Amino acid sequence: MTVSSSLADLRHHIDQCVRCGACQAHCPVYLETCRESSVARGKIALAEAVLNGAVDLEDRLRQEAGLCLLCGSCAAKCPNQVPADALVAALRERITAARGLSSLGRGVALFTGSQRLLRGLLRSANLFSSLFFTKIPTQSGLRLRFSPAALKERVVPALARHTLFDRLPEFLPGDEDKPVLGVFAGCALTYLYPATGEAMVRLLNRLGYPVALPRSQGCCGMPALATGNQRLVGQLTAANTAAFKSNGTKTIITACATCHGMLADQPVIHGSPGGASVQDIHVFLVQAGLVDTLATLPAAPRRIRVTYHDPCHLRNRGITREPRALLQALPGVELIEMEGAGLCCGMGGTFTAAHPELSRAIGDRKLAGLQATRASVIASSCPGCVLQLQDIITRADLPVKVVHTLDLIDQAMSGEGPA
Amino acid sequence: MIASPPHSAKSTSGNRTMVNDHILRMLETIAGQGNVSTQSTDLLTHAYDATRQKFLPDVVVHVENTEQVSRIVRLANTKKIPILPRGAGSGFTGGSLPVRGGIVLVLTRMNRILEIDTDNLITVVEPGVVTGRLQAEVEKLGLFYPPDPASKDFSTLGGNIAECAGGPRCVKYGVTRDYVLGLEVVLPSGDIIHTGGRTMKNVVGYDLTRLFVGSEGTLGVVTRIILRLLPRPESRKTMLVAFASIDGAARAVSTIIQGKIIPTTLEFMDASAIDCVRRTASLDLPAACRAVLIIEVDGEETALDRQVGNIGELIASLDVLATSIAATTAESEAIWQVRRSVSASLRSLNPDKFNEDIVVPRSKVPEMIHALEAIAARYGVAIVNFGHAGDGNIHVNVMVDLAEIGMRETVDQVLDEIFRATVHLGGSVSGEHGIGTAKAPFIAMELDPATLACMQTIKKALDPNNIMNPGKIFPESADEHRLSASRP
Repeated sequence: MTVSSSLADLRHHIDQCVRCGACQAHCPVYLETCRESSVARGKIALAEAVLNGAVDLEDRLRQEAGLCLLCGSCAAKCPNQVPADALVAALRERITAARGLSSLGRGVALFTGSQRLLRGLLRSANLFSSLFFTKIPTQSGLRLRFSPAALKERVVPALARHTLFDRLPEFLPGDEDKPVLGVFAGCALTYLYPATGEAMVRLLNRLGYPVALPRSQGCCGMPALATGNQRLVGQLTAANTAAFKSNGTKTIITACATCHGMLADQPVIHGSPGGASVQDIHVFLVQAGLVDTLATLPAAPRRIRVTYHDPCHLRNRGITREPRALLQALPGVELIEMEGAGLCCGMGGTFTAAHPELSRAIGDRKLAGLQATRASVIASSCPGCVLQLQDIITRADLPVKVVHTLDLIDQAMSGEGPA
Repeated sequence: MIASPPHSAKSTSGNRTMVNDHILRMLETIAGQGNVSTQSTDLLTHAYDATRQKFLPDVVVHVENTEQVSRIVRLANTKKIPILPRGAGSGFTGGSLPVRGGIVLVLTRMNRILEIDTDNLITVVEPGVVTGRLQAEVEKLGLFYPPDPASKDFSTLGGNIAECAGGPRCVKYGVTRDYVLGLEVVLPSGDIIHTGGRTMKNVVGYDLTRLFVGSEGTLGVVTRIILRLLPRPESRKTMLVAFASIDGAARAVSTIIQGKIIPTTLEFMDASAIDCVRRTASLDLPAACRAVLIIEVDGEETALDRQVGNIGELIASLDVLATSIAATTAESEAIWQVRRSVSASLRSLNPDKFNEDIVVPRSKVPEMIHALEAIAARYGVAIVNFGHAGDGNIHVNVMVDLAEIGMRETVDQVLDEIFRATVHLGGSVSGEHGIGTAKAPFIAMELDPATLACMQTIKKALDPNNIMNPGKIFPESADEHRLSASRP
């Protein structure tokens, strides 16, 4: 996603929109609200009016600018390739510049920003008394995604005692003839699902690759972008670039669709840390021939019904086949396609914190398709989606386990039965 | 704050005083406070449609049911405030533009599929249901709703009825009007009427259903729709035929029809469209190819191979360069991708597109294409043609750069000539997009004065205060004349 441009710099993209309305078919928010101001076309009209001085940043406008998951579905399906998600981010930046950060935005800035300030704050004020929050340190975007408001009544996983960085060394040596892979873990896999993060690193290392997991990496910047804080995006990018620059990796692997969506498109100087290319783990594993390797595993005594949920940030980049190919190759898995596999889960990073009810309504659209599969496991390739799906499923009281695709692959490779 | 909006936006401040606080409070009482807005954010996002023109309304109201619609329309009629029914706002002719301000009545939240009756093969829906969604739902039950406008994934059935939408499948299955059995309509007076019904046969009184279908929201607001369904065809087969000339392709169309085969779709691309796609993508077509037909047949699986074979034999002698028949869904999709890539490739020609949807008798398609080529050459503008050869509906895309001095006037002349040639060949200036504001200046080319007057009489009888989507269909001058004539 284009993140560095101001609204004025993107004016040519605004002109590119012919107002056809095709985005209505793909916007998870519009499908719920059925209001034009929710959809990309409406937001582009508003962005144009803001640029032309035809409207001021009234409450309604700021409210509507907030009603976007930044999932990118509209941009991916736009007949004219208008990057509406980037336009929304730029509109939010404009609002932030004029009005200051929202309370949510201030939360993001606190937690993804200065480590020193954060440590001080955490010591002095007992702002985050819950166990959940005291365990997630400093620069994590999770602070924002799972703010106390968002956590209210939400199902959250039991917090891991040890973060990913506690579990693994900063460098794992591998075969000499193989290039070093950098791992960009992201906040969720570092603090919330470190076992999945560990599975990712272990898998890559098992395939013979030396793996670098720099400690100084931070948040990918998506929560900062979503709250219109492009300055912070720049700071995080600089920190991440520095973190990966030293170890000379040319390929950085992610297992979080959102981190991938945030990092993979950015111009080198700005984004993809250290000028390396950022690759989704599933794409990497398929290219590395893991499908064939999995096919040689001994047959499982029984196969469980598994369905797959497409994270928007992978689906909209055309990454849909690779996670399925890997799941299909697992001996203990029967992959059942779900109607609406590509429907958004409603998480949208900060969206779920700002609009919990709407977020859940969007997510609940998945239930009918999921139930029809009679699957006992739903896998996805984004920890954000995994978290949201768990919430959807628990509220609906369905006997379905939610996992990251890597969890299943790791189990199979470790000789454990699935689930 | 509303500053003077840019580009083609026009101020409608003349009406602004009409919607005063008292009226706003009444609207809020009817529709609920959260569903009525006069804030710039809402006015700006309900000022446009796919024509890219902009006219700010005075107030935007989201409605939930027929009773609300009726009460709001009654209020508007009493106060003589324009009412603009709006669905997806994806029309190409300005049908949902609030050209005189007023109340935009948004029907997108009236989006329930109320009933799918598998015994009588009918469905009852609200107007905000998106066409593609209805199709997906009925297809799950083995049924079929054929009209397939290109916008079907986002346009609403209410809008499809207002414009009498078509689509590629019309060759075999007909247009929206052929599937509408009955309507609930709120008249400009606020009265609720019911036309037609749930039966195939119904000759009680005038056929008001057909009057409202294609009336572009100028006669009333459709609030409930009864549609006819068909059994879903078992299977489909797609073929692409490359021709050395447009005449060969056109004769192929007539030959297929004369051969007593009605394909589901008979889409064509002329040389201009093929060249246009070739600029941006590699096409697996012979270099000498000057026209393409995409032919799809549907029905019983076993009959399809025979039909495709028959078509191949019928047209073999007509300048055919190559034929490919899709063996799989993926191959069929690849064929359709060729056709779909035209629209995206147009942008490589010029920034501004004038998209017309003329229709001529099937047999006149080659003559019309030659006329279009002559007009393009005479004015030195790019005209790209593709569309529905099977029913003579040609999508004519005049691609220009309006930044060029004098281009606006040139385009006006080009369009005028295109429409004249169309009418001369016994055709019509719009096959499926409607008249709205975009084609109102040309309506008199096609309709004789008595016919036009008859239509205006109907409009005036149902909507004496001219509140229902005013400024549409009829040429502005005649409309104004009629308005002034109607005042005491």
